[in-house]
Amino acid sequence: MTPVFYVIAALTIAGGLAAVLLKNLVHAALAVTVAFGGLALLFLSLDAQFAGFAQILVYIGAVAILIVFAILLTRGSDLPQDGVFSHTWLIGLMIAAGVFSVLAWAVLRSVPALPHETAVPAVTVHDIGVALVGRYVLPLEILALLLTAATIGAVIVAMHEKDGAQ
Amino acid sequence: MQETISFAPRLAVSPIAEILWLIPAVPIVASGVIALFKRPRRKLAATLSIGSLVVSLLLSLVAFAHAVSGWLYGAAVRETVNFSWLHFGSSSVDLGWVLDPLSAIMLVMVSFVGLLIFIYSTGYMARDENYTRFFCFLSLFAGAMLGVVISNSILLLFMNWELVGLTSYLLIGFWYQKPSAAAAAKKAFLTTRIGDIFFLLGIVWLFAQTGTLLFYNHGLGSMEGWALAGLLSQHAALGLTAAGAIGLLIFAGAAGKSGQLPLHVWLPDAMEGPTPVSALIHAATMVAAGVYLIARVYPLMQAGALTGGTTTALTVVTWVGASTAVFAALIAVAQNDIKRILAYSTISQLGYMMAGLGLGGVAIGMFHLITHAFFKALLFMGAGSVIHGTHEEQDIRRMGGLKSDMPLTFITYAIGMLALCGFPLVFSGFWSKDGILEAAQHWSVAKAPFYMLVFGALLTAFYMTRQVSYVFFGYNRGHKTAHESRAAMTVPLAILAFFSIALGFIGTPAWPWFRAFLEGRDAPFDLHVFSEPGLLALMATSSVVVFLGLGLGWWLYGNETPKPEEPDALEKSVPWIWAVLRDKFYIDELYGVTVIAFYGWWARVADWFDRRVWGGAVAGVVWLFAIWARLNRFLDTTVVDGSFDKGCEELSTGGGLLSSVESGRVQTYLRILALAVVALAAILIWSGRP
Amino acid sequence: MTPLAAYLLVAALLFAIGLAGALVRRNAILVLIGIELMLNSANLNFIAFWRYGPHPEALTGMMFAIFSIAVAAAEAAVGLGLVIAIYRHAQTTDLDKMNRMKG
Repeated sequence: MTPVFYVIAALTIAGGLAAVLLKNLVHAALAVTVAFGGLALLFLSLDAQFAGFAQILVYIGAVAILIVFAILLTRGSDLPQDGVFSHTWLIGLMIAAGVFSVLAWAVLRSVPALPHETAVPAVTVHDIGVALVGRYVLPLEILALLLTAATIGAVIVAMHEKDGAQ
Repeated sequence: MQETISFAPRLAVSPIAEILWLIPAVPIVASGVIALFKRPRRKLAATLSIGSLVVSLLLSLVAFAHAVSGWLYGAAVRETVNFSWLHFGSSSVDLGWVLDPLSAIMLVMVSFVGLLIFIYSTGYMARDENYTRFFCFLSLFAGAMLGVVISNSILLLFMNWELVGLTSYLLIGFWYQKPSAAAAAKKAFLTTRIGDIFFLLGIVWLFAQTGTLLFYNHGLGSMEGWALAGLLSQHAALGLTAAGAIGLLIFAGAAGKSGQLPLHVWLPDAMEGPTPVSALIHAATMVAAGVYLIARVYPLMQAGALTGGTTTALTVVTWVGASTAVFAALIAVAQNDIKRILAYSTISQLGYMMAGLGLGGVAIGMFHLITHAFFKALLFMGAGSVIHGTHEEQDIRRMGGLKSDMPLTFITYAIGMLALCGFPLVFSGFWSKDGILEAAQHWSVAKAPFYMLVFGALLTAFYMTRQVSYVFFGYNRGHKTAHESRAAMTVPLAILAFFSIALGFIGTPAWPWFRAFLEGRDAPFDLHVFSEPGLLALMATSSVVVFLGLGLGWWLYGNETPKPEEPDALEKSVPWIWAVLRDKFYIDELYGVTVIAFYGWWARVADWFDRRVWGGAVAGVVWLFAIWARLNRFLDTTVVDGSFDKGCEELSTGGGLLSSVESGRVQTYLRILALAVVALAAILIWSGRP
Repeated sequence: MTPLAAYLLVAALLFAIGLAGALVRRNAILVLIGIELMLNSANLNFIAFWRYGPHPEALTGMMFAIFSIAVAAAEAAVGLGLVIAIYRHAQTTDLDKMNRMKG
């Protein structure tokens, strides 16, 4: 494993931890953006350039912005008086640890079966494009429909309560 | 025997043949529309019925003109339109209609006589409550009858045939409040059913043998050479070919509809229906359907006959027809109900038609059918007029002297009566009956039918004279004064009277147009045929017979008509014959003690069997189930109910417990979900996988 | 330790962090952030398996990740829209106070 991987992995996990732990929501949003960025770098290190750039565009460019807007609209930047963690945070933490232990254990047990370093796959963006409009054209169209519906749905859900005022 | 006629096959179908289906369809649609009226609408119903029949008549006339023009150009018209109704496997059920001289003539007759009777009905039924219903049925009948006429498929013919039977039933029982009418309707339906079963068997057999239901289909129909040859090569039992056996089965159906022996018993009772119905259905058209059917399947009946010879089927037809003619005429002599006399007369004349078909071919039988339709409809409508004028009196002994009270009815009735008797030279009945007698004279098998038919003619003249003497001459023995009927009734009478005379001239030996038209030959006008000694002798014989009958009738009844209470003149001289005739040869009684009694006995046996054997078995089963049910109830209350109640309690407790899990907190749900994932993964991992 | 195992461990850790965030934070928006992290870790798994799988030219894992990103974007939009709607209704984003579905 290269040092670059460790750096990026540490950055990502640190971003994730910060997002979950920071009390101020705006800070958490910024931290999650760091995590998204780290993930994008991980994708790039896996020679998945297209997925990596898509990650940057969609998550850093859109989802993070959305989160910030939602925080502003719900006045989430004001710190609540009775703490940011749930009363049952310990149970939640234990369950999360359990999930991690199961997953990690599964990975570690299967290490002997996993492949070693392989050749870099020769996949260009052109190939992805051909696949998207060729073999995967139906999922693509369905996804387009889903995104349209989600956009309209999000707008309607968010503006519904204002009807009375208008 | 006529020669085999070759009809030129025509593949191109004329426009009138294409729309021939409209002729029956229009009255049927009219009937359907009338049936949908919410409230009785008398004017509209009558207008619709009559209008639809006018349309049918016009179309029929066009079809007739087409057939005549084809004949004039020397090619007999036979145009068929066939189509497949159903397919199953390799065979199909084909329907279709045919336009040929036979159907064209019949179409015109049915729609014309029908139209006159419709008009007459507006007068006759004017005061009836169920006027609308009457016209609904009448239209349906007319449509079905026209459907019978145009059918080119024996199945389509049978459908219409049954529809005709249904409307006949409905119309005989039109005054269903009268028990006698209801019984008569039932009797008519059941009796014709017996014939129809044989007819249906014949249809099935014919279809099985020939593989087609069509009569004519450019050489492939069941009435055409190829199929007939196949039928002739098949041998059924008793030395009959398949063709002969099927022909006899079909004849059984025709005999039921046309009131031939021994299935004639329903027709006199059918006079319980309104008089226009008697005229239309039970004199002019429906009863002629049987004769028409035989004419339609004539190639089948005739199949296998050598030139001048005859076939078993035709021989049977002849004998049945001739016997019926004499038999019914004998009964008619001793009846006192004006409509019953005409009913027996109808049966007798139908016997003549059948005999004509059997002896001389399609044209002879059909000619009598057409002329009879006109004068018998005239007689029935005249009788209706008399009944109306004498305030619903039907017993001829309570009438009398009506010739001055109802002059128009009298004149027209007299014309009809003379036509029926076959009064020489002027009246149509003479020529058509003469044709039959001439054929009988030349019949090679036996001479008896000739003498029977001549005797029938004598009887016909006799009983008609008796009836007319009773009704129109002498003095009025009724209680009320009679009145002439309204124009709606008398005008159709006059028109029919005209045709009762005029129609005779298209079928005289000198100008046998009718026969030539039907058989697709030339019709030369030739007076020299009368110089043949045989023909003149025959005409003389039949004239003498008619005059003898008329004279005898007048001698017995003309001078002094007896009082109603007094016995009949004939009864006084030969009472035992009179009694036998009056009671219709005890045929009804015979059926009563044989067929009906047998069925009664059989029904009692079945009833006993039902009660004792089946009833016992059923009661045993019921008892077993009752015990089983008691046991079940016991189990239910103690075991099932108890455990069910307990289960319910547990469920509701469990529900209460589970509902506390549903905290409404999203994170709790997520937590449980995650735990489940962990548990699932753990199970998968520890379940022995490497 | 193969490279694939390392990536999978990172993904597992990220998933657990996201799950913990979703489970312990009271703010609805942060729960959504946690869920986004979980989704991303799944994507990382897909990409990693694609990279080290036997048939990378088939693009299966890559496509799954790309579609997943798109669906996650839709999910984020709807989820945040819902949070805003709930906030307007209840004047809070505290999930502990949102228990009207209690059975």
